[in-house]
Amino acid sequence: MTVHKLAWVMVAAALVAGCGDKPQQDGGKQTVLIGQASPLTGPQAHLGKDNENGARLALDEINAAGLTLGGKKVVLELKSEDDAADPKTATTVAQKLVDEGVAGVIGHLNSGATIPASRIYSDNGIPQISPSATAVAYTAAGYKTAFRVMTNDAQQGSVLGNFAVTKLGAKRIAIIDDRTAYGQGLADEVEKAVKAAGGEVVAREYTSDRSTDFMAILTSIKGKAPDLVFFGGMDPQAAPMIKQMKQLGIHAKFLGGDGVQTPAFIQLAGGDAEGALASNPGLPLDAMPGGSAFKAKFEAKYGQIQNYAPYAYDAMHVLVDAMKRADSSDPAKYLAELPKTDYQGVTGHIRFDAKGDLTGGAVTLYQVKDGKWQTLETVQSGK
Amino acid sequence: MKRTPPRWLAFSLLALGLALLPFLVDAGMGRSWVRLLDLALLYVILALGLNIVVGYAGLLDLGYVAFYALGAYVYAWLASPHFGLHLPFWAVLPLGAALAALFGVLLGAPTLRLRGDYLAIVTLGFGEIIRIFMNNLNAPVNITNGPQGINLIDPVRLGSFSLNQPHRLFGVTFTGIHLTYYLFLLFTLMVIFISMRLEDSRIGRAWVAIREDEIAAAATGINTRNLKLLAFAMGATFGGLAGGLFASFQGFISPESFNLMESIMILCMIVLGGMGHIPGVIFGAVVLTLLPEALRYTGDWQRDLFGHVYVDPADLRMLLFGVALVAVMLYRPAGLLPSTRRRREFADAKG
Amino acid sequence: MDIFLQQLINGLVLGSVYALVALGYTMVYGILELINFAHGEITMMGALVALAVIGALALAAPGLPGVLVLGAGLAVAIPVCVALGLVIERVAYRPLRNAPRLAPLITAIGVSIILQNVAMLIWGKQYIPFPAILPEGRHQVLGATVSDIQIAILVLAVLIMLALILVVQKTRLGRAMRATAQSRQVASLMGVDVNRVIAATFAIGSALAAVAGVMVSAYYGLAHYYMGFLLGLKAFSAAVLGGIGNLRGAMLGGLLLGLIESFGAGYIGDLTGGFLGSNYQDVFAFFVLIAVLVFRPSGLLGARLVERA
Repeated sequence: MTVHKLAWVMVAAALVAGCGDKPQQDGGKQTVLIGQASPLTGPQAHLGKDNENGARLALDEINAAGLTLGGKKVVLELKSEDDAADPKTATTVAQKLVDEGVAGVIGHLNSGATIPASRIYSDNGIPQISPSATAVAYTAAGYKTAFRVMTNDAQQGSVLGNFAVTKLGAKRIAIIDDRTAYGQGLADEVEKAVKAAGGEVVAREYTSDRSTDFMAILTSIKGKAPDLVFFGGMDPQAAPMIKQMKQLGIHAKFLGGDGVQTPAFIQLAGGDAEGALASNPGLPLDAMPGGSAFKAKFEAKYGQIQNYAPYAYDAMHVLVDAMKRADSSDPAKYLAELPKTDYQGVTGHIRFDAKGDLTGGAVTLYQVKDGKWQTLETVQSGK
Repeated sequence: MKRTPPRWLAFSLLALGLALLPFLVDAGMGRSWVRLLDLALLYVILALGLNIVVGYAGLLDLGYVAFYALGAYVYAWLASPHFGLHLPFWAVLPLGAALAALFGVLLGAPTLRLRGDYLAIVTLGFGEIIRIFMNNLNAPVNITNGPQGINLIDPVRLGSFSLNQPHRLFGVTFTGIHLTYYLFLLFTLMVIFISMRLEDSRIGRAWVAIREDEIAAAATGINTRNLKLLAFAMGATFGGLAGGLFASFQGFISPESFNLMESIMILCMIVLGGMGHIPGVIFGAVVLTLLPEALRYTGDWQRDLFGHVYVDPADLRMLLFGVALVAVMLYRPAGLLPSTRRRREFADAKG
Repeated sequence: MDIFLQQLINGLVLGSVYALVALGYTMVYGILELINFAHGEITMMGALVALAVIGALALAAPGLPGVLVLGAGLAVAIPVCVALGLVIERVAYRPLRNAPRLAPLITAIGVSIILQNVAMLIWGKQYIPFPAILPEGRHQVLGATVSDIQIAILVLAVLIMLALILVVQKTRLGRAMRATAQSRQVASLMGVDVNRVIAATFAIGSALAAVAGVMVSAYYGLAHYYMGFLLGLKAFSAAVLGGIGNLRGAMLGGLLLGLIESFGAGYIGDLTGGFLGSNYQDVFAFFVLIAVLVFRPSGLLGARLVERA
């Protein structure tokens, strides 16, 4: 091989790389950029767009009301980026936002994308508020810049485990998880809470996020005669699982987390979904303090709310609230104000603990009745 | 040959270009592209590693990502709060590469008798087994932290000189990703050098002989067993090295980063560029790493044109990969930048 | 005991599903020595096409008996899959019949990626429910439960295997197929139209894939653009386990793999005192596969393969 060829390859690569264009900085007005990162393509694009819209709604309101920081009039501008729910893309996007000089970031949507991105924000001192990442590991890393306005998996898991034992009266509990970061994390927390509440975990079984056949593990579970089966995972697995439970004659109750509390679950499981229980972090929209007003505003502009838009909306307000208190949009200055946040948002009262987690996050429990998810009750997680 | 500039000139131009590349890219396209450049170098290392196994020795390995994963996990174990160990990178990287090499031999040894397609399926199984173990070894003893992955992995650090902080050298500010670029470039050049030397060596020619006709190769006195094992070990070493670099670069690893799609993606790189041909493989790796970023714009165009994204850029990418794999095999079986020898072979096979 | 029996039934049904798909792999491999990686995706296509028809019919004529609707779905899915199989063979495999071995394998992977993404563009990424049109008869056997559809899958797998063996052993086409498998050159010298025989093999294999896809989605109640991949991988392992190229071997391999997974997932936790659990289910399957390939590369029942370097 010759060096010439190698040189040509490099030139070609540089040309390919040269197709992008440089982000433009806005002069003139005092413009402050706020980043938003979520999957805008891929299977979760509708959720990602929802986050973007929630953040944008808040931003437009703030701009309309007028924002003055340090005696200067400030206009906020949203920089929205697509992280494709992929960890590697998320770091690229995070770097991009940092380069563009954002003062803060709302995002990311998934825990898997939020965690690697949080290191880049931390390295650059950019505050980050995730509206929807629930993995404990996100704030457990100890970055000073990482916050979330959503109940985390530990909080949700402890509510679920407690609910199963004390409210549903289940003594013997079987736990299944799908070996994803979300499913396993939630199932572990449920297991802890069940034991703490005096319940017994009679079986711990596993599947994957691609399986559709659960007959073997369910048969094994049937032999242990549980009162309740908890599944940490998503609806495409939960639906065939509950069908196969019925087929095997397992009469235990079925409980899941927010991955199960979806319309698709009922659609896929059909009549077998009846009676299934599941939780979702946060309050149902109509029970949020500002829920109905938010819904009206949001739907007038963007159509139906998918899921996390109110949280993205609140996250933006929390960020700007800290800027106002610091009277500066300089991350180095207003970051110190974020931990002191005490904000009455649409989704509830927002305060952070030492790690940046939401204190006293709510978890709502639902049950399928007459082919629909009906609200059972809302529990405030104890800290 | 008369017209080509002297070798030293090409060399120094190339060196200058490579040294300035991150600054040019940074100035022209933004820093996130420098990060992509780092990633592209990582994939060049990976692709060159797989190229030894598939391109030179002709052993179709669909579980290559397992070695990448091993390297990454070794780095994470020895340089993160997970076990509380913080060994320096120059100690951890070789260990990861060595462990990967060991597993390469472990995988190679029982599969020596297997032919192409059987080998493909066994290596695929091996890759999945490694991933499943990584995903589940959080209990009863927490070795890998399971699906949660390992976070807060140390960046590459020499004394107090850490690669995730900006440094001022000779009046120029080098950010972490710029410095990472030079580190990765160093390793990439090393891997390219080794690959070049191997290609022209007795070993390299023996691999080609095995690839073309194993029985004939054995008959001419080539020790096919040892050479196949060596190919697996060499490929795995590069994979392990890339894994360690990836772990330090990303700071967080979890088993979902090491799935079968990743193996297939690396395979695509070498097939597309030209199996067994170093410039081709480099070209394939760089193009396929940057492609998703370039395709990102198609999403914006669609949104501007129709106000709606009809075809997700991410899906478009996979579809393009599929079409490219078939089209390249049908029309340019030796790749987009083929080696002359390879082109001849495929031409012979067709005739 | 009832638990053991239930696991046995679970394993046999799962195994029959694998066997149905494995038969398609084994036929193509037997003739061409090509791993048709796209076979799993053809299964997926069959399921999704049938589901589209069934969904439309269930809306248009809600009163129709379930079996009839299912039949209509199959009647559309089979020709679509056969056409798909023929096109794939013609476009992606035939031009490479004499190329180095690596080439068709890589196109096969490419075709499989294309099919997945095309299916995703047509049907989206969400899981599609299978409408509840079939009677959900359940029978108690010594404390274990068997459903009608499970019985149907088991019976169908055996029937199809027997039919295939009959075709291969007793018909002109079968003789031509065996001849082609022995040696393409000699067969063509003897007046066998090799291209037609190979096309016929792909057609039969794809028709089987369509049937398998519909059965699988009816059994699990859903279908998805990605469902063919893992199914195909398992089925291919089953075919190798039994001895690829051997029709009885595909059946045996499928059933064995199903039983290994079922008993493995069901009992490993108790046997190892919780040290290993059902999370290693897929590992058993791959371990068995690797072990068989290493110690008995021609599979359990042996194959007609000749080592040609």
